Amino acid sequence: MPLIQYREAIRQAMAEELTRDPNVVILGEEVAQFHGAYKVTEGLLEKFGPKRIVDTPISEAGFIGMGIGASMLGVRPVIELMFWSFYSVAFDQILNNAANVRYMSGGQINCPIVIRGPANGGTNVGATHSHTPENVLANHPGVKVVVPSTPYDAKGLLKSAIRDNDPVMFLENTILYGDKGEVPADDYLIPLGKADIKREGTDLTIVTYGRPVIQSLAAAHLLQQEHNISVEIVDLRSIRPLDMDTVLASVRKTHRVLVVEEQKPFCGVGAQLAYMIQSEAFDELDAPIARLSTIDSPSIYSPPVEAEQLPNPQRILKAVIEALD
Amino acid sequence: MSKKSSATAEARSEPGTGNPDLSGAPVNASLSVEQKVGLYRLMVRIRRFEERSLRAYQAKKIGGFLHLYIGQEAVAVGCCSLMGKDDHVITAYRDHGHAIAVGMEMNPLMAELYGKATGCSKGKGGSMHFFDPSRNYWGGHGVVGGQVPLGVGLAYGLKYKGLKGACMTFMGDGAVNQGSVHESYNLAALWNLPVIFVIENNGYSMGTSQARSSAGELARRAEAYGMAWGVCDGHDLFEVRAFMAPFLEEARSKCKPAVVEIRTYRYRGHSVADPDNTYRAKAEIEEYRKTKDPIQVLQNTLLAEKVLDEATIEKIDTAARAEADVSADFSEASPFPTVADLQKDVYWEVDNPSERKSQGRLFFN
Ligand SMILES: Cc1ncc(C[n+]2csc(CCOP(=O)(O)OP(=O)(O)O)c2C)c(N)n1
Ligand SMILES: [Mg+2]
Repeated sequence: MPLIQYREAIRQAMAEELTRDPNVVILGEEVAQFHGAYKVTEGLLEKFGPKRIVDTPISEAGFIGMGIGASMLGVRPVIELMFWSFYSVAFDQILNNAANVRYMSGGQINCPIVIRGPANGGTNVGATHSHTPENVLANHPGVKVVVPSTPYDAKGLLKSAIRDNDPVMFLENTILYGDKGEVPADDYLIPLGKADIKREGTDLTIVTYGRPVIQSLAAAHLLQQEHNISVEIVDLRSIRPLDMDTVLASVRKTHRVLVVEEQKPFCGVGAQLAYMIQSEAFDELDAPIARLSTIDSPSIYSPPVEAEQLPNPQRILKAVIEALD
Repeated sequence: MSKKSSATAEARSEPGTGNPDLSGAPVNASLSVEQKVGLYRLMVRIRRFEERSLRAYQAKKIGGFLHLYIGQEAVAVGCCSLMGKDDHVITAYRDHGHAIAVGMEMNPLMAELYGKATGCSKGKGGSMHFFDPSRNYWGGHGVVGGQVPLGVGLAYGLKYKGLKGACMTFMGDGAVNQGSVHESYNLAALWNLPVIFVIENNGYSMGTSQARSSAGELARRAEAYGMAWGVCDGHDLFEVRAFMAPFLEEARSKCKPAVVEIRTYRYRGHSVADPDNTYRAKAEIEEYRKTKDPIQVLQNTLLAEKVLDEATIEKIDTAARAEADVSADFSEASPFPTVADLQKDVYWEVDNPSERKSQGRLFFN
């Protein structure tokens, strides 16, 4: 299988879907002539032309709302946010229009859009550019929320997202864009709502998604080598729909859980998971559910401190050891 | 980008000062020799500070984004040099020039870029989020268009408190298409707020030229709200001052808002990370550098006026370079904030525990 970057996997998914379905259109700031702020859409303009790959002004509420409106007529916009952080400018469009239009119309109208872009900290761009809104988005019935951690997952999930008839929020990561992984060159889909065991283990389950999957794998490797601790890693891949079956099966196997999220803790995804695990598998637990989140303050700029504010392999390693204590 | 010939204040509904006589404009004519040299020095200090910060960035001392203001200095210095003690400034993320123009020192600015506790925002904000409320400088804002309603709010606050000042609210040519900007225009005009919306038109929003992002003439949108507007060339400091002064005066004395477009140019990429090789020609940048560089333009004027001579120019330049080097050394020697600092400056009550009134947990890990 070809070894390609996470950004290339996303690009392949878009290119294949653009080819497959003439209703797919890519909209966003700098996606066409500039090739994308993170070069995710590089080459698409040349291949598909300006009708399909459209540079927009800096008007997130305008072009996201426009995409929602077009989707009501069957266009399938894939809209890039340069940073997910700027979703707040278009919040009303996403949460009042995209999330609700199907419901409020009694199921007569669909909203098949994808909004995609990076949502992560760790690049020292400060509080305004480092939001991770998956919990906020997932709080709204009507939207789906996907957070891929590997190139393989990114391609398969994005293709499913584009074919999905509901609005899908697709959260990528600038730090992962350059990561390489094996990705089939042909058509494959990963269904939304199917978690993936990224590492098998017996002593403790880490439930996580996004970049913390990669960090957890690094921590798990060290834990095995230096502490003889065997960690299982469940990558949720999709936050809503949420694959609780895979999570619970792993809990029944290891009986201990650490949730790791690149999220502020209050009402974060980890809080929802901890509630559901204790409610559905209380008797399986040998210890309280542990949780590692981003340290609870706005995202700091200062580079060495930001590294400590976020989950990182050392913090995860420490949290696992504490959870097993 | 379309360039009109310089030295024209174009159509504006009011105030009707017509084309100002720039050399004789009162705000310029009244400047002393020291003041003129001081304005020149400010522009040079901004340039040298940013060049030094670029080297620090290349040496990996600075993280994140670094949006340089090089080429635009006459706009911030021209506008901010007109500030009285009740006047205020707010801008976007390309904020180093305005910070120095309002009088902030290089040390805390460079230290902020280095992410150090001695930075103007204690290392918490970074390049895009410089602040100094003691100098009426309200940031430094990272979300395009996000600062514009805040500028309206500062103007509202001034009027509410019966203060005589005005707020200059800077934004880029790309920001004008944000809904927040249009909503701000309406509020300012509807309630007669003392705010000047200053569009710093450097021709591009990232890699998108003005022609590809905006319909119509940028400042003319003011007409729809019944606001005064104007357009001016931003390469000549004196021209910027002459152009801005009447608008500011109208805002201060009559609470008349306005939208102005100042045409300028950035030499560097959008940020240091922009390879700058897709959307404009190298020749275009060179042309600006050669014929319109704001420091060179002012230097030529002041040389002709015999306000400056070669020796003084040299001295100012050497001093600015030395000051920038010192700020880098200061930053290097300063400590980073600590992990414990993360949860300081989040809530007033947490930082002032003896005056805390609320109960319950404020942090969740
Ligand atoms: C709401 C929002 N959308 C997108 C961005 C990303 N972005 C940062 S600067 C920029 C271009 C802005 O151009 P302009 O307003 O002309 O200012 P300039 O950079 O030229 O000073 C973009 C798209 C952002 N910071 N905020
Ligand atoms: Mg611009």
